[in-house]
Amino acid sequence: MKKLCMIAMLLVVSAVAFVSLALAAPPRMPLYRFENFTTANGLPNDHVFAVLVDGDRIWAGTDNGLAVYENHAWKVYTTADGLAHRAVLSLALDKRTGDVWAGTMGGLSRISGGHIDSFTQLNSGLSNDVVYSVSIEGENVWIATAAGACRLNLHTNQWSLYNERNTPMFEIWSYSVSATPTKVYYGIWGSGVLEYDQKTGKWDRYDDPDGETETVLFKDQGLIHEIVTSVSYIEKDNVLWAATYFGDSHYDGRYWHNFLVKDSGLPSNFTNQVKGVDGTRAWFCTDKGLAYYDGVNWAVYRPSLTDGKPEMTVRDAKGIVTPVAVTTAPAHNYMLGIDFQGNDIWVATAQGLSHGIRQP
Amino acid sequence: MSRQAQNGFRFGVCAGFVALGAALLSAALWTGGYVRAAAQIETSTSEDYASPLEVMLSPDGARLYVLCQQSNEVRVLNATSFALIKNIAVGRVPRGFSLSPKGDRLFVTNTWDDTLSVIDTKTLEVIHTWPVGAEPSSVVENMSGKRLFVANRISSDIAVLDAQTGVEEKRLLAGRGASYLALSPDGSRIYVTHVYPKIIPRQTGLENRLPPESEFTVIDAGRAVVVDRVQLHGIAGVFHVALSADGRLGVAAEYHPKNLVPLAHVEHGGAFTYSLELFGADVGKTPVEVPLDELERYASQPFGVAVAPDKSSIYVSCGGSEIVTVVNVPRLLRFIHTHNGPFAQDLSASANYVVTRIPVGLNPRGLALSRDGRRLFVANRLDDTVSVIDTRTNRVASTITLAGSITTPSPHLRKSDLNIASSVADGKITCSKCHVDGRTQSQYASTSEDLQNLIGKHKNLSVSDLATNGSKTISPQRRGEQIFYTSRYSFHGQIGCASCHIDSTFDGIQWNLEPDGFGRNTVDNKLLEDITDTEPYKWTGTNPNIPTECGPRTEKYFWRSENYDNRMLTDLAVYVRSLAPRPNRWRQANGELTPAQERGKAIFERTVDKFKKPIPESNRCSYCHSGPKGTNQRIFDVGTRKSNDNTGLLKAPMLTNIALTAPYLHDGSARSLEEIWTVYNPDDKHGRTNDLTKDELNDLIEYLKTR
Repeated sequence: MKKLCMIAMLLVVSAVAFVSLALAAPPRMPLYRFENFTTANGLPNDHVFAVLVDGDRIWAGTDNGLAVYENHAWKVYTTADGLAHRAVLSLALDKRTGDVWAGTMGGLSRISGGHIDSFTQLNSGLSNDVVYSVSIEGENVWIATAAGACRLNLHTNQWSLYNERNTPMFEIWSYSVSATPTKVYYGIWGSGVLEYDQKTGKWDRYDDPDGETETVLFKDQGLIHEIVTSVSYIEKDNVLWAATYFGDSHYDGRYWHNFLVKDSGLPSNFTNQVKGVDGTRAWFCTDKGLAYYDGVNWAVYRPSLTDGKPEMTVRDAKGIVTPVAVTTAPAHNYMLGIDFQGNDIWVATAQGLSHGIRQP
Repeated sequence: MSRQAQNGFRFGVCAGFVALGAALLSAALWTGGYVRAAAQIETSTSEDYASPLEVMLSPDGARLYVLCQQSNEVRVLNATSFALIKNIAVGRVPRGFSLSPKGDRLFVTNTWDDTLSVIDTKTLEVIHTWPVGAEPSSVVENMSGKRLFVANRISSDIAVLDAQTGVEEKRLLAGRGASYLALSPDGSRIYVTHVYPKIIPRQTGLENRLPPESEFTVIDAGRAVVVDRVQLHGIAGVFHVALSADGRLGVAAEYHPKNLVPLAHVEHGGAFTYSLELFGADVGKTPVEVPLDELERYASQPFGVAVAPDKSSIYVSCGGSEIVTVVNVPRLLRFIHTHNGPFAQDLSASANYVVTRIPVGLNPRGLALSRDGRRLFVANRLDDTVSVIDTRTNRVASTITLAGSITTPSPHLRKSDLNIASSVADGKITCSKCHVDGRTQSQYASTSEDLQNLIGKHKNLSVSDLATNGSKTISPQRRGEQIFYTSRYSFHGQIGCASCHIDSTFDGIQWNLEPDGFGRNTVDNKLLEDITDTEPYKWTGTNPNIPTECGPRTEKYFWRSENYDNRMLTDLAVYVRSLAPRPNRWRQANGELTPAQERGKAIFERTVDKFKKPIPESNRCSYCHSGPKGTNQRIFDVGTRKSNDNTGLLKAPMLTNIALTAPYLHDGSARSLEEIWTVYNPDDKHGRTNDLTKDELNDLIEYLKTR
């Protein structure tokens, strides 16, 4: 009898310990081994504004040229090759044709078959030479510039300009565009999110709810802030992800859900880019690291802000943050862009390009 | 008149009439009056001519398909007897055709309809007509039969279609004026050429002093994406491209303009090199340009290419020289591998590999080799014939006259005989109706005596009488077209009108036309369509009429010859005047303007600027560019004079199809319509535009494209 009691007690203790351990373990979030590219191994410049995955090729928009990584080697395009400007701010792939579009500080360039032609505000209908974002949808190239939005129809070569005269755009500093066959979203600096309905041809606007304070007064009241830096529309789920310098938003067509450092796993409210995986998962490029949100939990990848050592943290649904031991980190904590290559990620940072190789 | 009198023609009552007519002819010719009269009296319809542009054999070699550009049809002939099997009507102005790999379908591109005709080769019926891009010019189907690739000249792209449904999947960017396609023998690659050079970005100080640039666009036929753009430096105007059966040798016909030296230096070889661009494993990593020309024997306007099945020879049709050039491939490859290039300027090079030059018909274009390589068919566009060359002897074995065509007559009269009479039969018909370029139909007359008799017989006949009698002859317009395309009248046969006005359009090149110094007065080549009644001509407006523009100026300064007689010049002018504008692709089918075009039209026609300040009449768009063709035909200085120009006074150019003809301004310095105002109108002298916002300028341009 005494033996039985002892065994029972041991089992109970073991079970409690097991449950406790299980409860304490952080959620399993994607783990990466990062390989970083800088000028030391072929990049033309360490300041990488944008990254684009094109099959086996990786395009990097840098402060000094457009670089493409293929067969373990970098090839660099410069203004001598026809690039509109040395500083490449944004990239987009036309999946149908294979052409790559690059938004630069001096115009919009198209790279096709290894050769470049460029559109500027002087030689074309482009609204402004500072092209912050570009997105391809069918035969249309949608562009966000420092002086409004525009669309180039590749069949007719017609440029359509969208600004304060024909849209509810209070400010014309267009920072981001995400185009799909049904909806096109623009992130406007100081004017919230603009929505273009492809079917009706009408524009709508999402801004701070009271129209005065630039930001929401209550959580999930609406778009978190009107200074929008990035939009990512997931057409299949009808979900819009929006990033601002003051937090991020998720919109499912009816409800807004907002994210701030204080109530989410975001490492910073200052977000340069958001890229949705689907309606529930997204990546956030902030000034203090790269964050991944799986709908419940958060993971942050960065070199430590204090000692620069590789760092990964996981935040669970209860807000418990757990460090994960890693040996590599992205090239810098100031994140500017991300793209996906299967299970891998490519990250543009202020100090290099990082390839996150998914670990088992 | 004195020379005419020496010929001793005395026709009694008729003689006075003839003399008067000749005098009037001489006087009127230089004012354009005769040209107009001739055009009114002697215009025949385009349906009178077939204008075979391309030829192709069926896979079994039993049928010869002939693409007839002017009669808008495919003629199907028995390839042995040349008997007509069927005429198949297709769309307007077809330009290219090809067979499916299985040979069960024939695809035809219709340039003025922007459609593709699909013909069932069993029934010889058109089974589909599918919309494609602007001015589709050639087509190929991939090996699997799943996709069609269509080269669109105006939209400068390749439409990728579902080969079964015709539904367009996507467009691939090609070179400017994308026109000809070739599928590699293994089916993996499609090579695309383009006829207009690229628009090279503006470079300060070098705006109009750049050699042209072109490319081969290389498409992965499986994935339907562009995988390479092989740059062709100095090249403008690349036409047919073909590959050897083993896929190791590619060849394209091309022009290499010498636009950086005065064109008037043609006697120094300063116009064109006509060449082949070779590429592929037999050639090496980079393409090699080899000239076809030889001193005094230029290979003007190379167009069609065919490679013998055993890769022994390359055949090149030369539309301006009216020959087929035969190149020995082993010798050619030996030459390029044992000599250091570049070869483009070497007139002695072609002697190393050109075997012979075979005279064929007028304006030879498309080529087709029989499967065994023994027969080469040549479409002679401007005399409605197909030459059949025996490739063993390199001689024309026979000439197929297309049924129903008006043939070029053979017996010749002296030119002076014909110049005697400018009109007979109560002034209702001119002699040139029957007597073409000093020649006449044999059934009418072959000597001056016959002519006298016939004129007497014709005295009481009207034009309609002649028509009902079936006495069709080649029209002045057609003769003019023949003159336009031939290079026989220029020094060493180097150039013809069509060398610079490709397919009677333009070439997208800035030329140094005058012999007044290298680099001075560079001018952009203009579109010829619709130029009737827009005189004066030349950018400076110093030529009062088309005969002056086409005649003595062209002959003396460009051709370096004086071969045109009055009748030829008249015919040429009639042809040029007949060039109608192609359909405008920016106008909506219902004729209405889009909202952007409407807004642009309002800007075009405005009389006050955005600050309510009146715009002086001479500075309104609608003043200088008034009328249906967009010109008031007057001279202005719009502030575009460059340091190398003698004058800033320029004639307001017409606006017809202006969207097609970049670059702009007299010297081509504006690479786009936008640059006319964003770069070259700082002082508002070229219209009041600096008050416009960017979107308003875009609207104005959208409207201009509809003109």
